[in-house]
Amino acid sequence: MDELIREWRDRVRASASRGESLQLRGGGTKDFYGGPTAGEILDSRDYAGVVAYEPTELVITARCGTPLADLQSVLAERGQELPFEPPAFGEGATVGGCVAAGLSGPRRSSVGALRDFVLGTRIIDGRGEVLRFGGQVMKNVAGYDVSRLMAGSLGTLALMLEVSLKVLPKPVAERTLRFELQQAEALSRLNAWGGRPLPIGASFWHDGVLSLRLCGAEAAIDAAGRELGGDVVAADEATALWRDLREHRHPFFQSGEALWRLAVPSDVAVLPLEAPVAVEWGGAQRWFRGGLPAQRVREVAEAVGGHATLFRGGDKGDGVFHPLPATIARINRRVKEALDPEDVFGRGRMYPVD
Amino acid sequence: MGERNEAPAMAQREADFSKVDRARLVEALAGALPAQCLLHAQEDLQPYECDGLSVYRQVPMAVVLPRTEAQVVAVLRICSEQGVPVVARGAGTGLSGGALPHAHGVVLSLARFNRILELDANARIAVVQPGVRNLAISEAAAAHGLYYAPDPSSQIACSIGGNVAENAGGVHCLKYGLTVHNVVRVRAVTIDGEIVEIGSRAPDGPGYDLLALMHGSEGMLAVVTEITVRLTPKPRLARCILASFDDVAKAGDAVAAVIAAGIIPAGLEMMDQPATAAVEQFVQAGYNLAAAAILLCESDGTPEEVADEIERMRVVLEASGATEIRISGDEAERLKFWAGRKAAFPAAGRISPDYYCMDGTIPRKRVGEMLLAIQGMERKYGLRCINVFHAGDGNMHPLILFDANQPGELDRAEAFGADILELSVALGGTITGEHGVGIEKINQMCSQFTTPEIETFFRVKAAFDPAGLLNPGKAIPTLNRCAEYGRMRVSNGQLPHADIERF
Repeated sequence: MDELIREWRDRVRASASRGESLQLRGGGTKDFYGGPTAGEILDSRDYAGVVAYEPTELVITARCGTPLADLQSVLAERGQELPFEPPAFGEGATVGGCVAAGLSGPRRSSVGALRDFVLGTRIIDGRGEVLRFGGQVMKNVAGYDVSRLMAGSLGTLALMLEVSLKVLPKPVAERTLRFELQQAEALSRLNAWGGRPLPIGASFWHDGVLSLRLCGAEAAIDAAGRELGGDVVAADEATALWRDLREHRHPFFQSGEALWRLAVPSDVAVLPLEAPVAVEWGGAQRWFRGGLPAQRVREVAEAVGGHATLFRGGDKGDGVFHPLPATIARINRRVKEALDPEDVFGRGRMYPVD
Repeated sequence: MGERNEAPAMAQREADFSKVDRARLVEALAGALPAQCLLHAQEDLQPYECDGLSVYRQVPMAVVLPRTEAQVVAVLRICSEQGVPVVARGAGTGLSGGALPHAHGVVLSLARFNRILELDANARIAVVQPGVRNLAISEAAAAHGLYYAPDPSSQIACSIGGNVAENAGGVHCLKYGLTVHNVVRVRAVTIDGEIVEIGSRAPDGPGYDLLALMHGSEGMLAVVTEITVRLTPKPRLARCILASFDDVAKAGDAVAAVIAAGIIPAGLEMMDQPATAAVEQFVQAGYNLAAAAILLCESDGTPEEVADEIERMRVVLEASGATEIRISGDEAERLKFWAGRKAAFPAAGRISPDYYCMDGTIPRKRVGEMLLAIQGMERKYGLRCINVFHAGDGNMHPLILFDANQPGELDRAEAFGADILELSVALGGTITGEHGVGIEKINQMCSQFTTPEIETFFRVKAAFDPAGLLNPGKAIPTLNRCAEYGRMRVSNGQLPHADIERF
């Protein structure tokens, strides 16, 4: 076993026996996300590097501390990518942090979420055991899917040493179309288009403008362009738009105000919240900006079968993530105890400690 | 670090359920269910003694066929109170014995949960009960130009609840994903009789991804009563290439070359010569019987996209040494190409009294090695094996042919299968890609996972089902079983699972 892994394992065991918390951290680019961070930092960047990558197997395995940008450039050399387009939110983002945060970017609605691409992990659990779940193959139903459980767990279940992710070829071609539409009309068109076999990769509506990104074969994009209409956006402008949206560098996200993320069924009508709004994922992800009262936001989300996250800023006193129903909360707590009985990892990061 | 560090007792050894009081159980169930929803006479129980893996048979104490969720809750509360094992069952088409009854338990059949509750074409979702057949969802969605993408071979019969339990795949999952990628929500009842909503129509919900845990959990965490699936727009066109190769390794390399060219085919299947010979006498698919292997390579999408992709695939396959390439000219021909592949299992049943289907997944680049090793095993065990597999994702289905009426052949077939599974693990793969562990591959789990990993699985189970009443003895082996299996490995010829009745 690697010297560093032995050291980390001992550190986890020591923290567990002393009842202390460890804060698993990569580049710290997502420190803003989730509940307060607590405990001594365990810096995952000491364990970095791509362990295995075979483009024809469509799988890459990397150590937790591998810079996300490095992994992406390794893939790009072979014309492949992480199609869920994870936001980096800064230069130092790591692969481990990316999986732990569980965030997906603009193309999530067409290709799936980060969790859909997790194939396997090697972890240190809260007892200091080194464990391996899943693998490097696409299909695997041996044992419960513990590796997928790591996606979005915010470093509260285990220290991820390695992760294997499914990768895909980059789309052959892309084109972005622009439509001037009010929100209600944009939502209605997005849902109607979603039911047709069109190569829609991503969508973004804000301030009367709907941007639609087509991804696929050149011929398919030409045909879809003829069917959909709209104005073609210049390629470099389109690239910048989707990158800035993914990284929250688009002006909508730049005000410094609190940012709420509402996830709702895509066909839900315009939400009754008086605040600037941006819509992604064919209507399923809606961002609201400004100091909205938490209770009101959660009521609005819940009324349509959705949930709300205080994504950035604001008063975290009322919790960051949508409260869970009692039975689900209990199962969550027991799953946490199954992997981390002494609550070593990320204490309070997901839900307040009670 | 106190007692929370101890693995649950069920991790060590299977609980003893022999004290279950049949009369008391039947009385309680009879009080909670209408008479026609409860079976307990021996002749009524017989049809439930096995699932699609009929070499394992066990008559349960009772079978319940609830019609409502309230009845499911009542049954689970009774079983919970009386400490009775519960085995949930869908259509009974499973191939790993996941729905094999427990001798002291209840089989909870979801067969009467067979309604499509909602189909929302605008939102592209369907809410269905677990007993709805996989294909019935696509049939109901067809009028809206939509379908449910995962298509296991048994889709005409298998239920969506069973698909969730096994995380079923199919021939199109390289491009469209497995069950776990196409289900957004399940509603389930815990062993305590509590109703839980896991996932929702809104993406990426709060808390841990319990929806991922439910998929492939083989009825061991909770009993699903409702499922919301994502519907996919039906592609305007699909065309298929049938490529022949004079060498299995070349066909394997061709698969890698297609992917390396940046193409994700809608389906990518491979069959070896014994398999094509077996199906050709059954359905005349027009396969080249001189070929050592054939590939079926499908493209779907808009007509423009398909024309473009088919041409790119043709170029790659030719460069990879295909000896013959045929492209489906119309839908009838495309279906004819697929008819052979889809008939592989029935064809195996026709040329052999019995067959045993394996389900290992290995990295694609090791496929040639695996096929070579299987040829060696055919000689070692004196049995034939035909190979069909989902080449796109490395999921192999070797079909071991045997005759259970010939003394020793079942044992040899099982030993053959065990060798294949262990080689799958050794080649960096897994013992099961889409059929589940069930009872069939439970010993091989001991080769794939370490003791602390198996303990973790039991801890996860205990998070949902602390008393271990949901489908005990399946999917995750106890540590005692693994210790015994270790011994069994050295003494050949001994029958695994000697505790289970078989015919």
